[in-house]
Amino acid sequence: MDLEIAGLSHRYGDLEVLRGIDLKIASGEIVCIIGPSGCGKSTLLRLIGGLERPSQGAVLQLGEPPADSLNPLTYIFQDFALLPWRTVAGNVSLALEGHRLGKTETDSRIADVLERTRLADFAGVFPKQLSGGMKQRVAIARALAVNPAVLLMDEPLSALDSQTRELLLDDLVGLWMREGFTACYVTHNLNEAVRLGHRVVVLSRRPGEIRDVVEIDVPVPERASQAARLAELQQELWDMMRQEALTADRELADG
Amino acid sequence: MVDVPAGDDRPHGSGGSRQVAFRGGGFAPQPQRWVGPAVFAALLLLWEAGSRTGVITPLILPAPSEALQAFADLVNSGLLWKHVSASLTRLVAGWTAGTLLGLAVGTLIGLFSITRAGLAPLVAAIFPIPKIALLPLFIIWFGIGEGSKVATILFGSFFPTVIATYGGIDAVDRGLIRMGQSFGLSRAAIVWKIVLPSAMPAILSGMRISASISIILLVAAEMIGAEFGIGAYVLLAGNLMATDQLIAGVAMLSILGLCVSWLINRAEKYFLRWRA
Repeated sequence: MDLEIAGLSHRYGDLEVLRGIDLKIASGEIVCIIGPSGCGKSTLLRLIGGLERPSQGAVLQLGEPPADSLNPLTYIFQDFALLPWRTVAGNVSLALEGHRLGKTETDSRIADVLERTRLADFAGVFPKQLSGGMKQRVAIARALAVNPAVLLMDEPLSALDSQTRELLLDDLVGLWMREGFTACYVTHNLNEAVRLGHRVVVLSRRPGEIRDVVEIDVPVPERASQAARLAELQQELWDMMRQEALTADRELADG
Repeated sequence: MVDVPAGDDRPHGSGGSRQVAFRGGGFAPQPQRWVGPAVFAALLLLWEAGSRTGVITPLILPAPSEALQAFADLVNSGLLWKHVSASLTRLVAGWTAGTLLGLAVGTLIGLFSITRAGLAPLVAAIFPIPKIALLPLFIIWFGIGEGSKVATILFGSFFPTVIATYGGIDAVDRGLIRMGQSFGLSRAAIVWKIVLPSAMPAILSGMRISASISIILLVAAEMIGAEFGIGAYVLLAGNLMATDQLIAGVAMLSILGLCVSWLINRAEKYFLRWRA
């Protein structure tokens, strides 16, 4: 299943947040969206997954999602959004409970995703007892449990310290190499964008428009060994964003 | 701090050395197991001694041993259970009904704009009325028997529960609700699995408040017209100047309050075990 975003504009009252966004996300591809703070990238992601209604334009699903996909468009949130009163297994179970899978199927799906995210030993633990990186892995496990067609990730690593972020980024790369998921990945971190994305969409400051789309020409599995080329690309993105970020920063300070 | 005090005596590269003075610590009360019971026992002993030596007149305050004797008489006469069961029945019936209704109405106010607009001002207007003032009205409506007493307690526990419940629902993290929606959960599932558990801490502290209000109203209602009940027992003892029975009755109320608070502690431990 591919996604197509066609002529999408959005405003909150008088405030125009997004203007004329056209974008296609092909199956198996990771599209990163970067932009200065306040440019509407998180809003764009909420619009893509149907959590908000666009003022203009539409988000289209091209083709049918796989039959076994319980929740084709599945989010991973910056703040993890785990229920503190449920254990790790209980949090994963939440995503499966409405689908009448039966107890054995539910249990085996939970065990499977916890195994894939190396959380099997922590099934009975409450989120409070976990580190930030582990919490985000629980959220990833919960997302994988419903067999999503497209993962919508809203700054999934931004609440983590830099070492944990590095580890989890490797996890995501490994996961993509094994399972080849489709994703729209919003971040303000250029390094994450060049490490993970096939294409990087650069948004302008508010109202967010697509300023440029940069292809990352190094295959994802080889990126660990191509640090120089990635640094070059990252610099290119930063040059593109620098002026926008500077202006956006002043605008925010002016209120 | 930017400015340096005038008498700054920092060694500038030379001078002697001294240890940096410790100035942290404190503000962390440690549990002291025996102090509480010891204070309690000392007070009782002092009181008993004062009564026996005649410093405290028995007419004003009887010795603790006399109050204990009055309590033993109550047990032996078989009236204890009659008083306690009458009180407990009213308390449990009124508080349970008030809490359940309060939960339902509080949830409706928390979830739906129309019920909020219609009921929240009503709740705000009736909440501050001391419910004891409504007791005469309830006696006219429901009679001098059990009805008016249960209704008073019900009313008294209903409003704090409503306010605690919708306050708790208002404070639910919108991120969690959005997460539920993003996984396609039904509205009912979001309320049942996300909203109500989130509001649970607020609901439980509302229950604590409504339980203590209920005990106050119980005693007040029993003092106005009841044959049995701890409040009636205390009132009768006062009318007869039987201070020993009076103290015994007040002690029973203290124990009742402690039991209720213990039960709510247990409920908090059970429902909020994920917070530990």
